[in-house]
Amino acid sequence: MDTLHSTRSSGSRVGLFVTCLVDLLRPQIGFAAARLIQSCRCQVFVPAQSCCGQPVYNAGDESKAARLARQNVEIFGSFDYVVVPSGSCAAMIREHYPKLLREDADWYPKARDMAEKTFELSQFLVDVMKVEADAGKTDTDDWRDTKITYHDSCSGLRELGIRNQPRTLLRQQAGISLDEMTNSEICCGFGGAFCVKYPEISTAMVDDKISGVHQTGAELLLGGDLGCLMNIAGRLKRIGSPVRVLHYAELLAGEDAFPAGTGIHKPIAGD
Amino acid sequence: MEVLSRNFRNASRAALLDAELQAALARAEGGFVDTRQKAVDDLKNFESFREYGEKVKNHTLEHLDYYLELFEQNVEESGGQVHWAQNGEQANRIILDICEKVNARKITKGKSMVSEEAATNSTLERNGYEVLETDLGEYIIQLAQETPSHIIAPAIHKSKAGVTELFHQHHARLGFDGKVTVHEEIVDQARQVLREHFCSADVGITGGNFLIAETGSVAIVTNEGNGDLTATLPRVHIVTASIEKVIPDLTALGGFLRLLGRSATGQTMSVYTTLFNGPRRENDLDGPDEFHVVLLDNGRSEILNGSFRDILRCIRCGACLNHCPVYTRIGGHAYGWVYPGPMGSVLTPILAGQKNAPDLPHACTLNGRCQTVCPVKIPLPDLIRTHRVQLNRMKADSAVGRTGFSLWYRLARSPGSYVLATRVAALVLNALDRFKPGGARGRFRWLPLLKPWTASRDFPAPGASTFQRMWKKHGGEP
Repeated sequence: MDTLHSTRSSGSRVGLFVTCLVDLLRPQIGFAAARLIQSCRCQVFVPAQSCCGQPVYNAGDESKAARLARQNVEIFGSFDYVVVPSGSCAAMIREHYPKLLREDADWYPKARDMAEKTFELSQFLVDVMKVEADAGKTDTDDWRDTKITYHDSCSGLRELGIRNQPRTLLRQQAGISLDEMTNSEICCGFGGAFCVKYPEISTAMVDDKISGVHQTGAELLLGGDLGCLMNIAGRLKRIGSPVRVLHYAELLAGEDAFPAGTGIHKPIAGD
Repeated sequence: MEVLSRNFRNASRAALLDAELQAALARAEGGFVDTRQKAVDDLKNFESFREYGEKVKNHTLEHLDYYLELFEQNVEESGGQVHWAQNGEQANRIILDICEKVNARKITKGKSMVSEEAATNSTLERNGYEVLETDLGEYIIQLAQETPSHIIAPAIHKSKAGVTELFHQHHARLGFDGKVTVHEEIVDQARQVLREHFCSADVGITGGNFLIAETGSVAIVTNEGNGDLTATLPRVHIVTASIEKVIPDLTALGGFLRLLGRSATGQTMSVYTTLFNGPRRENDLDGPDEFHVVLLDNGRSEILNGSFRDILRCIRCGACLNHCPVYTRIGGHAYGWVYPGPMGSVLTPILAGQKNAPDLPHACTLNGRCQTVCPVKIPLPDLIRTHRVQLNRMKADSAVGRTGFSLWYRLARSPGSYVLATRVAALVLNALDRFKPGGARGRFRWLPLLKPWTASRDFPAPGASTFQRMWKKHGGEP
């Protein structure tokens, strides 16, 4: 893919909030996200960063979560947009930062400002940058013979309303028509700490998800949240399923989005 | 009812291994979800009814004292009596006193979750009364000496074969020889057995879905008509209901009935919807001589002033249970008290004590599906998270979790050290992956600190560097 065709003016300065999981375990998603944002003629910045605070927030430790929220507001406050390749981390910033800091007169306005300019990647590309299908595109046949299905991660779906955006991108930019599962909107059992606190329940839930994937006959599962994808991919691997798993950005950006020689082109599951 | 929620971990594990339960849950799950969706789609403005339900409940809770007193006044005007009970014990005392005064021996019961809270059945039985549940599901679990596992489908965990055996065991001595194996036969046999009791009961106890302040009416909805027979045939009708069941008027009832049936079972209306107004009047053909309403607080008035107020809007439809991927996997008993699923994970820690149910708010992925189907728009994930906040403040959550999160936090609050530490972690994990004795490269089948993950799932091995490091190295160009 050369560039996405954006109808919006460009030159925006975008802070990429890469997320902990992508940073450590799946850097290619970060590069793919950067490539997609750049192709809308935005400048991408990656300031030194850590975690959005969601783990401590969902564990009930609001003071620690507020501390991390202020830290990120500080780090990312000056960008035109903050883009996150994860629905749940984006929802943390958009929906929960203002709530966390609502009683802090100094920080609340800044948190609200950051919330308003933070977007999950597909939201940013479709809703903000208004990318459209590029008529001159020639590579839309790459995936024609692959059966592909999509997992809607819960936070993105229910807190941010992300459902059509990734599907629009996949259709427009890669000519993909999905084979939808009946349980695409049901939790995969990841749930952050939930999956290690209650591993048996979590495993039962991911098995339900996987039977939905298998029912479609899909060879490739896409999604927008690495936590969920690792959970599903990890279980697929363990039971010996050949289904591959990728973040939708990895598929859209194409392999040349990744630095050469880093050896990071393997799918999350499947060989 | 005894609180067994501290045993959640073991109980949920056992539930996952219980083949009969798993089969029953699998049968039930899709049905409720699909029929609800269809019923909701058929009513074009369901969403505006949800908003109406939320508003009316909020308004009523805002003026709860006013509406409760208005209700009391109107019940008395129609010849009934209202009794106020602070807790289950007081409620049972009131019921026992009434039963004693009318020389009761046999008591029939319609479905009432409040009476489960108060453990009314066992109290009555200890005092020598014969108590019979008349809702088919409740009757089945009464025979099995179990508790409800769903707030509207109490025997959802039972299989048909299990009921066949149960009925044979209990009904053979009543002259029912053969085993009943098909649904119609099972229902018919229950009907025959229960009919005797309906006619010979002295007191009937029912719950109340809505208490209508304007008219002093108690509305109940059932699909079996057992509530009506329980309420009208005995000499005395006792309603047990918690205080938040009150609504202002009949107009509001119309709104809530549209929400309840659709959300609960996907019915536009349940088969029987009955409004009870006081005892039998002079020209009435039937009805009880006495009409009592026992209003149970049991901690609700405290909720009213706290962070969990929204849960008092709950109309007990069970939609959050049916749409919860945890509940539909482990069933209701694992939650260890009267109310399971999302609404139970909010309510149980409040009513039974947060320290008695520390797992319930954590055994949730915060996926939010429950909130989207709640007919009165209770923000269940937020309330569940609020429990986590309070458990955290009391240091009543898991010590391992606390330590883990603290370490993570210390690292995360200094991005400089975080970038360095994750780089080291990537190097170490990458080396571990390359030099591990066996197995495919690129993933771990076992990791020392991640056993709960790796017991059932592979964990991906990182590359030799982190994104942030590589980004810097490549000068920001992929």
